[in-house]
Amino acid sequence: MKPVRKQAVIIGGGPGGLAAAVRLKKNGIDDLLILEREHWPGGILRQCIHDGFGLTRFGETLSGPEYAQRFINEAREMKIPLNTDTTVISLEHDKTVTAVSRAGLVQYQADAVILAMGCRERTRGALSIPGERPSGVFTAGTAQAYINLKNKMIGRRAVILGSGDIGMIMARRLTLEGAKVDAVFEIQSYASGLPRNIEQCLNDYGIPLYLNHTVTKIKGSSRLEAVEVSRVDENRNPIPGTEKEYPCDTLILSVGLIPENELSLMAGVELDPRTKGAVVDEFYQTSVPGIFAAGNVLHVHDLVDYVSLEAERLADAVTAFLHGKLSPAKISIRTEGGIGYTVPQKITGKQDVTLFFRPRKPMRGGSVEVWQDGCCILKKKYPRLLPAEMEHLSLPASKLFSDSDIKVVTGDE
Amino acid sequence: MTHTYDVLIIGAGVIGCSVARELSRYRLSVCVVEKGPDICMETSNRNSAVLHAGYNNTPGSAMARFCVEGNRTFDQVAEELDIPYRRTGKLVVGFTDDDLEALKRLKEQGTKNGIRGMEIVGKDFIQQKAPLIKGNFALWSPTTAILSPFQFTFGMAENAAENGVEFFCGSEVTGIASGPDENYTVYTRNGVFRSRWIINCAGLGSDRISAMLGIEDYTLHPCRGEYFVLDKKLRDFLPLPVYPVPNYRTGGLGIHLTPTLDGNILVGPSTEYISDRGDYSTTRSIMDMLIRDGSRIFPYLKQEYFIRSFAGIRPKLSSKEEGGYHDFIIERRADIAPHAINLVGIESPGLTSAVPIAREVIRLMAEAEDLQTNPDFKPIRRRFPTFQDKSPGEQARLIRKNPDYGEIVCRCETITKAEVLQAINGPLGATTVTGVKYRCRAMMGRCQGGYCQTRITELLMKEKGIPPEALTYERQGSYIFTGEVRSS
Repeated sequence: MKPVRKQAVIIGGGPGGLAAAVRLKKNGIDDLLILEREHWPGGILRQCIHDGFGLTRFGETLSGPEYAQRFINEAREMKIPLNTDTTVISLEHDKTVTAVSRAGLVQYQADAVILAMGCRERTRGALSIPGERPSGVFTAGTAQAYINLKNKMIGRRAVILGSGDIGMIMARRLTLEGAKVDAVFEIQSYASGLPRNIEQCLNDYGIPLYLNHTVTKIKGSSRLEAVEVSRVDENRNPIPGTEKEYPCDTLILSVGLIPENELSLMAGVELDPRTKGAVVDEFYQTSVPGIFAAGNVLHVHDLVDYVSLEAERLADAVTAFLHGKLSPAKISIRTEGGIGYTVPQKITGKQDVTLFFRPRKPMRGGSVEVWQDGCCILKKKYPRLLPAEMEHLSLPASKLFSDSDIKVVTGDE
Repeated sequence: MTHTYDVLIIGAGVIGCSVARELSRYRLSVCVVEKGPDICMETSNRNSAVLHAGYNNTPGSAMARFCVEGNRTFDQVAEELDIPYRRTGKLVVGFTDDDLEALKRLKEQGTKNGIRGMEIVGKDFIQQKAPLIKGNFALWSPTTAILSPFQFTFGMAENAAENGVEFFCGSEVTGIASGPDENYTVYTRNGVFRSRWIINCAGLGSDRISAMLGIEDYTLHPCRGEYFVLDKKLRDFLPLPVYPVPNYRTGGLGIHLTPTLDGNILVGPSTEYISDRGDYSTTRSIMDMLIRDGSRIFPYLKQEYFIRSFAGIRPKLSSKEEGGYHDFIIERRADIAPHAINLVGIESPGLTSAVPIAREVIRLMAEAEDLQTNPDFKPIRRRFPTFQDKSPGEQARLIRKNPDYGEIVCRCETITKAEVLQAINGPLGATTVTGVKYRCRAMMGRCQGGYCQTRITELLMKEKGIPPEALTYERQGSYIFTGEVRSS
């Protein structure tokens, strides 16, 4: 089987892949191809029929499908090749991409591969919630797909575990469709979703959010009948004696998203255990030269606008790569204290960069510092930092002393 | 007048399906009635998936004889029925002098049972077989294998069906009457059946079926075992089953680690006597214990590798107080029910022993009547070709032949639409979501159906004409949808 040569193959036709493709084409990269496993492009936005997308990228509020359609239209107008119903089943270190569809199996040999596969949801199994295994336990995204894409109603009385954004959005969605949502339970001492969703999806509908609580048992031998909920201590261990039973036929899990890096691992891409995405430099290049990553496959974003913007920056870097103009990134970035991670994790030090990061836990009035060679080279104050909100920090190349590694820390620790 | 079968088998677990296939070698009309909505739903599919060598059982017992024979003859059965398995061998690891003595006794028992090739091995051997396993020495048994219990059961059922056996799921037996014409009348939730013979392969319900036949002698003690399933990322870390030195008193073989054929690892099972034989709950305390005990031999049990937990229930004849193992009961009571064969207490090593147990059933029947060989019996059954284990060239050919192979439905396990449609529309096709899962492995990966469950429910409803509200996940009443969001 002779591989088909391509300048750039983009795996995934969601917001990340589409934005990267459009920008590449604008930059004059013509020989590119998007591979999308679904029947339509747009990725997870297709099922996000609520609004609130696009404020940053377009300056107006759009529904998920509307937001996606802007990029789809652009890609169509630019005649960017897009193969839908096509699943990539392997990616090799030498950038051979194997894809299958009803038309057959095709291998591509790409100069650059762009990973834009998005993320998936953590499941009940990953949490090891004890109890029986009835039907009626759904991840928030699956519930959303059933209701918004498949026109199927999934229950009448629901409890939501986890205060992720999709969980809160599903609390509202289920309520609007006539189901009773009793409560949202969050094991952490703070919400993991955006403040605006707590307001618009829970408070507006009188749905209580209980922090420091988790589901400790699932009951029902056929369909879910009830969940047992317990308070947890500061180590997130259930406190005996605090169990309370909530009768319900539906449990929605909104307990975290995990970048979907199965293909990246096949190609030998190094992953960051903190983000579960690739380790990248400021060009979004992974540890495998010529393989790039952006969007939720790199790190989970809170807003799709940031995914598009990141993918556009990636496209500019890929354009430079295809013209043979990327410097090696030698400076590693470590994080300490209250900083959960940074993207990129490596930089060249030769140009100004923006570091994206999330704090480990909520902080008020803190500062973030960048250190190199034992000196604090940059300090920035933030009125508040929330794990739910990605933050950024501009690091001018002029501030760097050397090629030594740098670390990013919270200032008050 | 309802049709009268020659033989009615109660229970479509591994034993019932094995008996069904062995009986289809004879000129008999045979049916299987199953309580659940599908075959292989209880103990047969909720275990460590190991083909045991047979050294754990008392020499001379039915357990020892059938287990050793089942292991020895498995290659032929697997060849005929295209059942995936792998002779990995197995290590029972020990740490103390007491452990070493116990392993020597185990080896001696195994030798008495007729097992060849067993050895007490040292650290070097363990290192070479499984570099990450802890243990100072071990008992090595080369004949132990891993297999897919569902594929084994399903292969026998499918072959039995091909040879004329009829299967009725959703047919829980509610009563049995024997009439003056010496035929049994079997009342079920799915109608009334008549049969000359009854073979009680009802597993966790076998004592109740015996009682319906007038034999009140048996009481089963359900004993639950919980497991964790680990991510395939660890597939290279554990090439073969590794067990601790067993303490039979507990009623099990101890918390062990078993690779599955598909690259996952099972950790378990616990041994917990319970009162409700349908309670497949997992519990926090046992989960913690599994991690603690499992870590002694495999120190890589991290929460982030867990993709699922589940439980199985052993139908034990020995109570918690008695402990240990009671031998299989396989008998025809000529005094009470001369045309019924009862199989009670078929727990581990029942999976390994399934075919010899079925042959024992035939032997007992042949004591009462002459059995005529079925000249049309077809022993060969082939699995529907899977996609993910093929080379790119073969995959391309599969898609050319059937474009449904080009649609990946389950991305984690690379299961195609062709395989899902076969699971639904093939012989003894699935009617539930988990029925599809066990037949083709879709939804068994790390996302646990997050991606493909919406597609599979859609295919099931379309292919089988099931309305949304009637679609079930696993058991009766396990509905998934309450209806449509907007009536279409």
